[in-house]
Amino acid sequence: MPASSSGTDKGARLTRWLVTLPPAAFLVVFFLIPALIMAAASFREPGEFGGLAPLAERGFSLDAYRFVFDDVIYAWILAKSFTVAGLTTLLCLVLAYPLAVLIARSPKRRRDLLVLLVILPFASNFLIRIYAWMIILGPLELLYSPVAVIIGMVYVHLPFMILPLYTNLEKHDPALLEAAQDLGAGGWARFWRVTWPLSLPGVLSGSALVFIPVLGMFAVPELLGGTGDLLIGNLIKEQFLDNRDWPLGAALSLLLTLAVLAVAGVSSALARNRGQM
Amino acid sequence: MALLEIRNITRRFGKLEAVKDVTLDIEAGEFFTLLGPSGCGKTTILRMIAGFDAPDVGELYLDGRPLAGIPPEKRPVHTVFQSYALFPHLTVAGNIAFPLEMAGRSRDEIRRRTAETLALVHLKDKDGAFPHELSGGQKQRVALGRGLVNKPRLLLLDEPLGALDAKLRERMQGELIALQREVGVTFVFVTHAQQEALALSHRIAVMNEGRIEQLDVPEVLYSAPKNRFVADFVGTINLIAADVVEATRHGLRLNAPGLGEIAAPAGAAVAAGNRGALAIRPEHLRISTHTERAGLKNHFAGAVVEYLYLGDVTVYKVRLDNGLLLEALATNAGPGRARFHEIGDRVNVEWRHDAGVFLRN
Repeated sequence: MPASSSGTDKGARLTRWLVTLPPAAFLVVFFLIPALIMAAASFREPGEFGGLAPLAERGFSLDAYRFVFDDVIYAWILAKSFTVAGLTTLLCLVLAYPLAVLIARSPKRRRDLLVLLVILPFASNFLIRIYAWMIILGPLELLYSPVAVIIGMVYVHLPFMILPLYTNLEKHDPALLEAAQDLGAGGWARFWRVTWPLSLPGVLSGSALVFIPVLGMFAVPELLGGTGDLLIGNLIKEQFLDNRDWPLGAALSLLLTLAVLAVAGVSSALARNRGQM
Repeated sequence: MALLEIRNITRRFGKLEAVKDVTLDIEAGEFFTLLGPSGCGKTTILRMIAGFDAPDVGELYLDGRPLAGIPPEKRPVHTVFQSYALFPHLTVAGNIAFPLEMAGRSRDEIRRRTAETLALVHLKDKDGAFPHELSGGQKQRVALGRGLVNKPRLLLLDEPLGALDAKLRERMQGELIALQREVGVTFVFVTHAQQEALALSHRIAVMNEGRIEQLDVPEVLYSAPKNRFVADFVGTINLIAADVVEATRHGLRLNAPGLGEIAAPAGAAVAAGNRGALAIRPEHLRISTHTERAGLKNHFAGAVVEYLYLGDVTVYKVRLDNGLLLEALATNAGPGRARFHEIGDRVNVEWRHDAGVFLRN
């Protein structure tokens, strides 16, 4: 019946609005507006004692960007940060994959327990866990080195790789592996031809969940890294808290955001290509 | 020598004996069916042939060589799974090429045989489609093509038609028969659907509780079941409890309690004094009114309690005066309008003296 169906349509639309409105409002107030404020700040001049110089006196300027692009050190730090993020992502993937497979193929009851164990470290404070690593790495003479930074990064982000991988692997139909074996595939072939390609969406989302936060992370390199291990996250933090150069910090943040968006864009394009699965 | 020899295999799962001392031979080129209710052990046998399971006792031989210790991927045996288990990330062509790639065939050979197989299963124009874009029947054909492409010695089919709707199932049955004839690969088919088994198979092993109850060609299985289980499981059958009064070379005289004397065809190893039942198919029973009796030897009076009009035939349920319920099948092909009996009509149920088979208890 057209009348009643359009009525339920209206109801469905209203429900959709009511459901999406609060989170949308939240994102506008706490994400979009601050992001715009920051973007605007990057085009201003720093104040004498931090903050921003009055707009009426100094107006807008491209000084912060000129500063960043003039000095190759910033590009180098960004490249180093990408390398650290890439390496961390790769290590997380290599460590998480076998574990995720193991969890996904355990009996249902054990699975829940193992997942709980994966999340358990979140129960204690992140900084405390990093301090614990300082105590562990100190005697090993690894503290304040790039290795320590990578270890810390991998440690912090490992669960973010395990969980999406597990969620993906758990959905795999075991009949597919049996079919592959039946049709002549040995152990390696079964992994590379069936399990791995089917797990790519999980690999991609896990990688995004590790790569992106690692790029902006400053606590781990600050606590575990040496003085030479400045990453983009530390650099931004320094501009705001130590150098009091808000426009420079804002400009670096904006550039990082654009870089992250580029990475996210590429990874979601890859995921879409796999979308036929 | 048979292509596949199964010798005295037993398989236990804990206390349950899923397969009990089964021996059978499957000949090259045959369409062989394992038929039975769920839990009868037919799928366990299939998995042992494929290599996913192994017998606790006994041995399987393929082409005379023992299969024990050979993993599934090394056996020249492929399976069409009930769920098809198509690889969702590969196209139709990719799925079909998979076994060839695993076998390390050359790229030319893979291309050629994939194309041949696509044509064989009528999927030439679907080679680039992904499984989720296919209909049930098309998925079925991909699974068949994938199983056949590398020319296995045996193709195992695990209830492959179970997921299809009735009309499609009928069509796929025809395609399966044609396909098997064309490629000449030996098929081992597992099903619980007796009609499917009768329609497709060269030979059928009827299984129950881990044992083979009867192994025969479909016609013999249907017309001369060896025991009540087979009689009841394959097709519909009426069982009339009776004792043998007299057994000669020409026939049996039976006494059915509350019904009287029945004439039945002679049976092997049936002697006077045996107790059992006459098993007779609905299509052997004729229903008539008093005015049009056919004059057959066995005739009993009763009343129609239910009928099922199926178009080509009508199935009547008749309660005889002694309380026994019989099912009779009447074809609706007679000249003029088919004759109907209404519920409650008094009728006679008649059958020939050489119809049915006596099954001892």
